Amino acid sequence: MSQVITDLKYAKSHEWARLLPSGLVEIGITDHAQHALGDLVFVDVPEAGRTLEAGAACAVVESVKAASDVYAPIAGTVVECNAELASTPELINQDCYGKGWMIRVKPASASALEGLLSADAYSAVLAAEGG
Amino acid sequence: MPFIPHTEADVREMLATIGAKSIEELFDEIPQNLRVQGLAGIPEGLSEMEIGRLMSERARQDGRPLSFLGAGAYEHHIPSAVWAITTRGEYYSAYTPYQAEASQGTLQLIHEYQTMISSLTGMEVSNASLYDGGSAVAEAALMAVRAHRKSKSLRVLVPSTVNPNYRRVAVSTAGNQGLRFETVPYQRETGCIDFAALAAFAGQDIAAMVIQQPNFFGQLEDVDALTDWAHEQGMLVIAAVNPTSLALLKPPGEWGTKGADICVGEGQPLGVPLSSGGPYFGFMTTRMEYVRSMPGRIVGRTVDLEGRHGYTLTLQAREQHIRRGKATSNICTNQGLLMTAATIYMSLIGPAGLAQVAETSMARTHQLVTALGRQRGVRQAFTGPRFHESVLLLDRPAEAVLRELESQGILGGVDLSGDYPELGSAILVCATETKTDGDIERYANALGTALQAVRAA
Repeated sequence: MSQVITDLKYAKSHEWARLLPSGLVEIGITDHAQHALGDLVFVDVPEAGRTLEAGAACAVVESVKAASDVYAPIAGTVVECNAELASTPELINQDCYGKGWMIRVKPASASALEGLLSADAYSAVLAAEGG
Repeated sequence: MPFIPHTEADVREMLATIGAKSIEELFDEIPQNLRVQGLAGIPEGLSEMEIGRLMSERARQDGRPLSFLGAGAYEHHIPSAVWAITTRGEYYSAYTPYQAEASQGTLQLIHEYQTMISSLTGMEVSNASLYDGGSAVAEAALMAVRAHRKSKSLRVLVPSTVNPNYRRVAVSTAGNQGLRFETVPYQRETGCIDFAALAAFAGQDIAAMVIQQPNFFGQLEDVDALTDWAHEQGMLVIAAVNPTSLALLKPPGEWGTKGADICVGEGQPLGVPLSSGGPYFGFMTTRMEYVRSMPGRIVGRTVDLEGRHGYTLTLQAREQHIRRGKATSNICTNQGLLMTAATIYMSLIGPAGLAQVAETSMARTHQLVTALGRQRGVRQAFTGPRFHESVLLLDRPAEAVLRELESQGILGGVDLSGDYPELGSAILVCATETKTDGDIERYANALGTALQAVRAA
């Protein structure tokens, strides 16, 4: 069973979002996603300054068996990306909710996170998918 | 005799298994109005004997003209061993094999090809080849737009000194994907990119610039200054080069301060004979930084569990069988056989041999241009250094003069009046190491006669 953390928000497409005290939102992929992809070998994250649309592809994660798009769970502007991932993409496999964060985004609106799933709702999605 | 392994009984059994009455029924979903009932103008099939006869008669019509054509495809001497080895059964495949890792020999050869092309172009990584020079330029433009980290621009500068055929292929391949190709005029005296005109693009958001060296006119561009200028403007630099010339000229990886970002070109000069339109092959190299944006297959060398060297397709996650519609390209099949010939050609002649080919071609072209320039009504279009091609201006219409020459068994050059009407009557001529003193003298005399005939007409 994949790990789902209670205080995060989730997207159906298997990304998580965490509201930081600074007001920025940290984004990564879920334990289910990293497990399904397998060992990651490359992560392509957007540059700081890029504008993201909710639901649009914003990054690419490549494993030994597949390359997949990561979709922005919320609209906003990229403020920072996790530079560690360029040389150590395996951080996502090891600690997807912590050191494996991908980008920090300034949300386009204060209510940006409201449309996302709670941990329980996301767990239900996983259960329905058989995961 | 049809080369289909299934007997009628096999076919009936397969159809019965899936519950179809006929093979035709499998194509039911194609609407009647989209079906072609017959091919107009295509005659009935001929027997092998009949077609053999017809083809040798057609081939005879071509004759054996003395050719001074260049413009993207070049007549070089090909050692007999090149195609004797290339056509061995073990190599005889158009593509990378489908069970790639089961074909270690083919993969090793592709790896060696990649190593040679990377070294020749001064770049870090090569793919396993593309269709031809034109499609390589188109793929490079798409790649530059994809790989650009800072710009989302779909604009690509393609100066008018880039082969017009490459420009047309780029537009037809990438134009419908939103890319906008914008031309930059050339300087009339030098036949090189006009820096003054380039300045108009300064400060604009443009993804990449293509620089052809030697350029379509055979002239040598100031690639260092152009590369640095494009990089200052935040553009990626796509080098389009002639592989033979790289035995003498600075490789694109060393252009300017940072070097070109992507290098492409037509591989035909490396052991592929001239034929009308191909098959030829394109090559593409880049820096490691951009490898994941590069289209096509890449063979890597690795070790197995016991530490023995082995070859494998690598970075496949960006390819179409995994990434589908989001693959780096869905039209980037390699040209396995031609690439094989090129690898064998390069192995046989070596770096010194390639330099000799390049030097001799350059010297022969100089000799040709001097000899032709002595004829009344012929002058050079441009000043400045060039490689093995040059533009000549004639005081009579190029088309008529070339036709006269053809009647004397000489293909005198490529008429530029279609693509460069501003030059007036202009032809692009080329001489490689295959041309002798006698050939050049014959052409010079024939040109004098041809011009006289046109004047008299």
